[in-house]
Amino acid sequence: MRVLKLIFKNAFRHKLRTLLTVLGIAIAVTAFGLLRTVYTAWHAGLDMAAPDRLISRHSVSFIFPLPYAYLDKIQRVPGVEMVTYANWFQGVYIDKNQFFARLAVDAKTYFEVYREFLLPPDQYEAFKKERNACVVGETIARQYGFKLGDVVNITGDIYPGDWQFVVRGIYQRRDETVDGTQMVFHWEYLNERMRTDAPGRDGDVGWYIVKIADPNRSAEVSSQVDALFANSRAETKTETERAFQQSFIAATGTIVTAMNFLSFVIIGIIMLVLGNTMIMSARERTREYAVLKTLGFSGGHLVGLIGGESLLISIAGAGVGVLLTFPLVEVFAAALPKGFFPVFTIEPITLTLAVLSAITVGVTASIFPIQRALGTRIVDGLRHVG
Amino acid sequence: MSLIQVRNVAKVYKRDTFEVPVLNNLSLDIPEGEFVALMGPSGSGKTTLLNLIAGIDRPTKGNVVVKGTDISTLSESALAQWRSDNIGFIFQFYNLIPVLTAFENVELPLLLTKLSRAERKKRVEFALAVVGLGDRMYHYPKQLSGGQEQRVAIARAIVTDPLIIVADEPTGDLDRTSAEEVLTLMARLNSEFKKTIVMVTHDPHAAQRAHVQRHLEKGDLV
Ligand SMILES: Nc1ncnc2c1ncn2[C@@H]1O[C@H](COP(=O)(O)OP(=O)(O)OP(=O)(O)O)[C@@H](O)[C@H]1O
Ligand SMILES: [Mg+2]
Repeated sequence: MRVLKLIFKNAFRHKLRTLLTVLGIAIAVTAFGLLRTVYTAWHAGLDMAAPDRLISRHSVSFIFPLPYAYLDKIQRVPGVEMVTYANWFQGVYIDKNQFFARLAVDAKTYFEVYREFLLPPDQYEAFKKERNACVVGETIARQYGFKLGDVVNITGDIYPGDWQFVVRGIYQRRDETVDGTQMVFHWEYLNERMRTDAPGRDGDVGWYIVKIADPNRSAEVSSQVDALFANSRAETKTETERAFQQSFIAATGTIVTAMNFLSFVIIGIIMLVLGNTMIMSARERTREYAVLKTLGFSGGHLVGLIGGESLLISIAGAGVGVLLTFPLVEVFAAALPKGFFPVFTIEPITLTLAVLSAITVGVTASIFPIQRALGTRIVDGLRHVG
Repeated sequence: MSLIQVRNVAKVYKRDTFEVPVLNNLSLDIPEGEFVALMGPSGSGKTTLLNLIAGIDRPTKGNVVVKGTDISTLSESALAQWRSDNIGFIFQFYNLIPVLTAFENVELPLLLTKLSRAERKKRVEFALAVVGLGDRMYHYPKQLSGGQEQRVAIARAIVTDPLIIVADEPTGDLDRTSAEEVLTLMARLNSEFKKTIVMVTHDPHAAQRAHVQRHLEKGDLV
């Protein structure tokens, strides 16, 4: 294209203005990238959710326990393949800023249901045999340097006391989307201590995880499970793992929703920044565009000239912004408490969205100036002083 | 048959609700190779008439026929093509593109042709040599004097070898010496390169360089 040179020269006519515009877009794209990364990290749990798993919890709230006795009954519901259960143990490891899930689970079945946690058979056996053994995810194993045989000291809060667990297994993640930050140990061990330390709290199960044979029948199985305990002291609410996590996110994620909304507000801001620059430029060049038309340049040429300049600036801004996103997300991830998000990476879709948005913005921002340039009659354009 | 035939042309500008009649039923013939000066008081319609002849505006009534083509009937894009093929433009305020060098400014109209890069370069260098600026090719407009800028604009006007050159007060913004250079150049384009020239001017001294002087008064030729 022969007017390419003119596009470049036009774009850098006001170097400072262009630089500021590129920078403005870059900052916005970076903010967009960061917000989306947080947003997708928050939602990563949903993608991990298996369609063939139901979660059965107390109908009032996830924080109320269910009786251990439910296990047998749930197991007998038609369509149920296997049932396991877990308690949210929490506790403090080192200090309160170390976030990773610490769960008391049924050692015999937990890893059978969570097939995405890959545990070598010998480690699995070792784990099952020892009362106070635990298994940690590869991600936290790497973060905290856990090795087999290490003792992990945890100060209980929900379940008071000092707790010691021996690492007997480190599970690998089946793929990138799997949470590698769980620490699990024997529910039996917890239950025994409760029996002696806090009678009345023994036999409590946080929630049941129900593996079903046919994901298509999840609604049916769920209602059958819930029907078993209807009108009992502890009614259950059973739903798919995905729905369960969604409700979890809904409860804690208002800010995240705001972030998602903000990320699109930012696109609007880029649009205004670039639109403003392009409109100023087009105004100043009213006479030049009229001269070009006089010389025989067509509407198509002007579209290319103005649209090209707008795209050039927006793509430059997007490029710089994307490059800035990587170190910024790194810094942000480092500033977050460890394990706050099980998965915290810049998704390709985030970058694609950022670049696509920038291109859309580039095109959109040039519409008004193009309209103006095309709509101005030559004789009026030539008379323009500005 | 004259090269340029303006036939019963009227031009009315609409401004909001009321209309401003600028040209009334005006006819004018300009033979090929002529150098015409259009004179007249401010607001008499000189620029308007020039724009109609050059095909950058359309008459409200009447026809403008150039070399047998009734340009008032051409479509917008056909008219643009026609201008680029037939007309060279010289403006009072030069109207160079400030971010392009003298060379690139002169090359601009050639970008619309099929000429190769080498061919364009040859033509641009020739045009700049004609106006005496062979040594200023890579200067930007703001590095040139007003007279030099206008000579670059003249080079741009002749680089496509057009039939007709229209000039709207080409010396209006220049000092005496520069104006003299520009007028000499235009006279040369007429005599040596056989260009038909229509020049609007206020300046009687400038008008003397033309062969024919026509006067406009309130939209009528007198
Ligand atoms: N694009 C336009 N829109 C509205 N009115 C116009 C336009 N162009 C010219 N006019 C009006 O038409 C009349 C003639 O204008 P024109 O520019 O042709 O005069 P001129 O003889 O060239 O004057 P000057 O010597 O000052 O350049 C003026 O009253 C002017 O205000
Ligand atoms: Mg005028």
